[in-house]
Amino acid sequence: MTTVETTADLVRVPAEVKRERILGVVYLVLAAIVAFFFAMGSEGDATFRLGEAGQDIDLTFSAAGFAWVTAAIFAFLAVIHLTRGIGKKSNLVLSIALVLFAFAFLAWAAAGSSFSLLGMLRTTVAASTPIAFGALSGVLCERVAVINIGIEGMLLTGAFMSAVVGTVTNPWVGLLAATLSGGVLALGLAVLAIRYRVDQIIAGVVINIFALGLTSFLSSQILVENPDRFNRPGVLQAIRIPLLADIPVIGPILFNQNIFVYALWISVALTTYGLFRTRWGLRARAVGEHPKAADTLGIDVYRMRYLNVLLGGLIAGFGGAYFTLGSVGAFNENMTAGRGFIGLAAMIFGRWHPVGALAAALVFGFADSLQVRLGILDVGIPSDFLLMAPYLVTIIVVAGVVGRARPPAADGQPYVKE
Amino acid sequence: MSQEEQLTTTEEGDIAGRGPRPRGRLMERIAPSQIDWRSVVLVPLLAVFSALVIGALIIVLTEGPGDVIPAYVALFRGAFVGVSAISETLTAATPLIIAGLSVALGFRAGLFNIGVEGQMTIGGMTAVMVGFMLTGLPIFIHLPLAILAGFVGGAIWGGIPGWLRAQTGAHEVITTIMLNFIAYRFVDYLLKQPAIIREGRFDPISRDVLPSARLPQLLDWINPSLRLHGGFILALLLAWAIWWLLFRSTVGFEFRAVGSNPNAAAYAGMSVTLTTVLVMAISGGLGGLAGANQTLGVLYSVSPGFTSGIGFDAIALALLGKSHPGGVVLAGLLFGALRAGGQVMQVRSGVGIDLIVVVQALVIVFIAAPALVRAIFRVRAGEGAGQLTRGWSA
Repeated sequence: MTTVETTADLVRVPAEVKRERILGVVYLVLAAIVAFFFAMGSEGDATFRLGEAGQDIDLTFSAAGFAWVTAAIFAFLAVIHLTRGIGKKSNLVLSIALVLFAFAFLAWAAAGSSFSLLGMLRTTVAASTPIAFGALSGVLCERVAVINIGIEGMLLTGAFMSAVVGTVTNPWVGLLAATLSGGVLALGLAVLAIRYRVDQIIAGVVINIFALGLTSFLSSQILVENPDRFNRPGVLQAIRIPLLADIPVIGPILFNQNIFVYALWISVALTTYGLFRTRWGLRARAVGEHPKAADTLGIDVYRMRYLNVLLGGLIAGFGGAYFTLGSVGAFNENMTAGRGFIGLAAMIFGRWHPVGALAAALVFGFADSLQVRLGILDVGIPSDFLLMAPYLVTIIVVAGVVGRARPPAADGQPYVKE
Repeated sequence: MSQEEQLTTTEEGDIAGRGPRPRGRLMERIAPSQIDWRSVVLVPLLAVFSALVIGALIIVLTEGPGDVIPAYVALFRGAFVGVSAISETLTAATPLIIAGLSVALGFRAGLFNIGVEGQMTIGGMTAVMVGFMLTGLPIFIHLPLAILAGFVGGAIWGGIPGWLRAQTGAHEVITTIMLNFIAYRFVDYLLKQPAIIREGRFDPISRDVLPSARLPQLLDWINPSLRLHGGFILALLLAWAIWWLLFRSTVGFEFRAVGSNPNAAAYAGMSVTLTTVLVMAISGGLGGLAGANQTLGVLYSVSPGFTSGIGFDAIALALLGKSHPGGVVLAGLLFGALRAGGQVMQVRSGVGIDLIVVVQALVIVFIAAPALVRAIFRVRAGEGAGQLTRGWSA
């Protein structure tokens, strides 16, 4: 890391100052958009429905008023960024700002009518699930300094395997097969990256191309001809957790979801505990920060790396099953559509921490569900532009955050034992 | 930058004395200055051979053992036997060569452009728009304008991640992939506009490029159905131009210097920021040209998915060609043969063309890890393509 900083000093003004300025300009632009489009362009009250069918919990407010307040907050943030700088908390501030922006946008879209916010938040949680699994996989790999660009391929393979095995046997075996297939790909990545010391980004891209090619090939050779025999796994239905699901607003969003959502929370909790409270986690992080020191202390660097990459692959494979068993119920070519890469962005945004990654995934899931919900509202924005939302948010986040967050010190570097 | 990295890589000392990566040794491996026949010829050949063997295994598993030989015979005939097959191979090789140059140029400067798909999509679209919107121009003005439009479209699409990389450190692998998806959606949107969609059609397809903006057919004097077009000559000229740019010009020297060791380059007074933007813009421009080549030379219109994965094949191709323009041309011809032959294989034997993608991915595995080839075939095959790209924060 020291070198990187000195390079920055050599070449240009300190990167931190520069990023503060860039974010300041971003907030100014956001404030302008909110003021000119949302505040001036909306009339009447917006109603957000927060209750399930039959329940009557509504949130009604003036769309224009909300937009003016939001614009003022953005302008204030811009001034802070341009003068004093926000520093460490800026990721958190940015996520809250993005959510505020989204609400201003929704209020503008729903001005004069009503809109089911509850439905949107449920979609958000669901849409963020595969992204969060991908991000979690990335956290596990990068904490031991192996960059895993192949998450996309692992998700896709998981989706494929769960569809095929899930149809031939039953969805639960399909889930297991998906998990294992992610592990197999991860093993491939681990062998290439750790044993053969192939450039990790190249190795990951290879995994992606390989997974895309193989699943597309098998899909066109086998699934398309015989969808009933191989591509009808069914969907794992939502499981309603008694009592908890009856809490208004929060209940239906958090406790009436399918198994993937619950598994995600358990995984996040276990990973957080494991990485920061156990011997394994301490060793893993040591390997990621300073493998030579870890090696000197008797930690088997290669073993730790293999183990974590394998775990990451299992998680990504499991997450991939969400696309088929958790949502659509059938496999389509390239159905992950970049969610693995968005997961990587979530990992960076979440500062290589499982909880941060989950929070970041929720932001991306929100962007993802915007296009689903806004399609229904018909706001005059072409659907193609709405579909860009998650990708645009990813670019903004990566551009605004990278370098500010510090990756594990040895990230991406192969280790040669002497 | 960790301590052990410096300790193990002192043989390639950089000027600043604290380079982040042993780039010099790496460049020797992916782009050797002395030609070692084993690493330049033998390993790629063995890699392709191994990949085809594994491809055969996949056919055995999905279709049965009887299908391997007919499939590969069809592949070979479709690629090489007859004028028509050779014309198809060269036609398929053309965009691959241009796209491969795009990725190779990025590699030379330490940047990994996996956004060629998006750059092709945008470049192909801008070329088509100029190709049918400007009317009444003679071909020697209209065609160059359309090609230029393709370059500019791709250069903008590639320049954005370059600028983001230089200004904010956003890793180009993520931003270019995201821009791929944005490009697809953007073109979907454009293809719904009344000014662009073909008259009387409701499915997304653009109007046809006017004859004055089409790349001329080269072999229509033998048989009008032969599709080989002027783009092939353009691809060869581009390969020469990129070779000249990289190895004979000052700008190219700066590209390679920044690629080998950004710190040393900065110390020597080169602008890493400017170089990064410039490399990504030219690389994107080449991607745009690859798209324009398809729309002006083969398809004459744009419809969703017209890039058909060429931008991803280009990555394999650049690695196979050791990021050298000459190597990219040869690798492009090989992949063109695989693509053209794969089409025939799909029709004749029913083995899907996606198998070719799998074979290509396997080729990269073997190229990127010569140690695998060494282990399998017991030949001396040089070292692995160690660190090629920069991590998140570099």
